[in-house]
This record gives sequence, structure tokens and C-alpha cells, in this order.
Amino acid sequence: MRITLNDEPREVAAATLAQALDELGFGGARVATAVNGSFVPAPARAGHPLAEGDRLEVLAPMQGG
Amino acid sequence: MRDFYGITLDRPLMLGTAQYPSPAVMERAFRASGAAVATVSLRREAGGGQDFWHLVESLGMRVLPNTAGCHSVKEAVTTAQMAREVFGTPWIKLEVIGHADTLQPDPFGLLEAARILCAEGFEVFPYCTEDLVLAERLVAAGCRVLMPWGAPIGTGLGLVNPYGLRALRAQFPEVTLVVDAGLGLPSQAAAAMEMGYDGVLLNTAVAKAADPVEMARAFGLAVQAGAAAHCAGPMPPREMAAPSTPLLGKAWLE
Repeated sequence: MRITLNDEPREVAAATLAQALDELGFGGARVATAVNGSFVPAPARAGHPLAEGDRLEVLAPMQGG
Repeated sequence: MRDFYGITLDRPLMLGTAQYPSPAVMERAFRASGAAVATVSLRREAGGGQDFWHLVESLGMRVLPNTAGCHSVKEAVTTAQMAREVFGTPWIKLEVIGHADTLQPDPFGLLEAARILCAEGFEVFPYCTEDLVLAERLVAAGCRVLMPWGAPIGTGLGLVNPYGLRALRAQFPEVTLVVDAGLGLPSQAAAAMEMGYDGVLLNTAVAKAADPVEMARAFGLAVQAGAAAHCAGPMPPREMAAPSTPLLGKAWLE
């Protein structure tokens, strides 16, 4: 299934957001996720199905003022 | 010391984590500054996020995540929700930017986002202007801290509207007020504290100094000096000179 990860096209086999994070190498990382512009809290990732064309944002701590 | 949503800060200084020449310099600058709070952001994970987080954790400071760069209410609210999860804090420095050249806050979007986030249990630190009406609405929305700008972000111009900042302080004696953005020199931070502000937040002035560690130390000293001066009760200024040395007992030497 084709999705976008942080605006980059990616192909994943995962059916859920939690599986996709593992597949994309974010397992265990301190990140927050949004799908199609809406926040998906960590406890909801396993129950959040992904669909063709979904826009996934994976955000991490970064420098800021 | 003033209350920041139930927290008393040891030092009234909040320091940003961006734009330093290296992570090592950033760490030393934080230690030299005595800052009580480190501001951070959330960005797309491109490999450096986890290391950066370990560095911030090692500082042992309270973190204040921001919604920097957000121009819409939805963007800002979603970013705040994501930040709360990642950083494990209800604190959020709420930025809703309304103007491209000045990065002036969008007061209408800011208020709307503040209402939503306060209702969701966030402890909102709105980056605002010195506008009294906006401040009143933000307080009514549930904000117990306000962060008016000194000058536009990154300019180093200092307190460009001291009248407005003084008026805000006078109008909201019970609200915690922090001058956020636009500071370039420690004397400007001291001036904000002398006015009775409860803290200052800055980043570029330290990170872009030729020696960020020494500049961080200077800002740390300045906020302490300004706070002490405010507590000591400054004398009222006057237009004409008044001799400080007694005239009584002066010799006749003509």
C-alpha cells in the first residue's frame, strides 16, 4: 500500500499505524504521529487502520526557541 | 517568585535550544545561564530527534514545547497535542503566527487556539503582543501566563514598546508575565525584570553571540539583577537634579 511518510512516498505492508511505525524503523522512538492532519495518540496506534494514500506525519523532539 | 501553573522557577530565565554552533556549546550555554526552562519544538523525524532529546533530558530542566511556525489554529492545536505526548508536559508555548515579515502573532487565531487548548487541560503560554484587550481575552480563556513580545522574533531590538509592556504589567498584576522574543542584550532582559516582569524567554541573542556560553552567563546575571532591582523598589525618576551630598556643613571657601 502506498502512503506518504513526512511528505515522502513510501510502500508499506502494514495494516495499522503501529505496524507501519515498526516497519518504517520508528519502533521505540520518542515520536508523535498524525494521520491525514489529525493527531493519533500512541495508545490508539494499534487500532488505527491505514488506507491507501494516507498522509502520515512522524514528529520528534527538535531544537526550538 | 511567580507561579507558572503551580510551579515556582528558581531563575526567571527560559532559554531556547535552537541555532547553537554545536550541541556541546548549547549544553555549556544552558549550564552557564542558570536557565530554569528549555524551549523545544517538534519537527519531522529525520534522524536527529532522539539524540537531541537525550541531550535536553541530560540538562535536567523543565521543557516548554512550542508550536513555532504554525499559522492556523488547527496546525497549532494538533502540534500542541503531539507535543504533550512526546514531551510529557501540559505546558505549551502557543504560537500562531499571523504576519510573514514580523512573525507577529495572529491575535484572533491565538485566542481561538488558546480556548481550545485550555479546555483540553493544557497549560498555555501564549506568545502574544502587549495588546491589553487580547491579554484580557486570553486570561478569560484560561491562560495564567502571558508572553508578550519585546520585539519581533530574532531581531535583537529589545523592548521596542516599553510603554505597552509597563501598561500590561500594571493592568494584570496577578498574571504571570514573561517577555518572549526580540531581546538582544542582557540589559534589555534586566529592564524587563525591573519593570516587574516574571521572566524572559530568549534564544537567538545567546545562540548567535560570538561566545554563546559567556552571553548565556551574562543574561543569567542580568535577569537576577533586574529581579532584585524590582524587589528593591526603584526610586521615582525626576526631571531636575537633586544633590545627593548634604549641603549642610559645606565650608565657606570663596
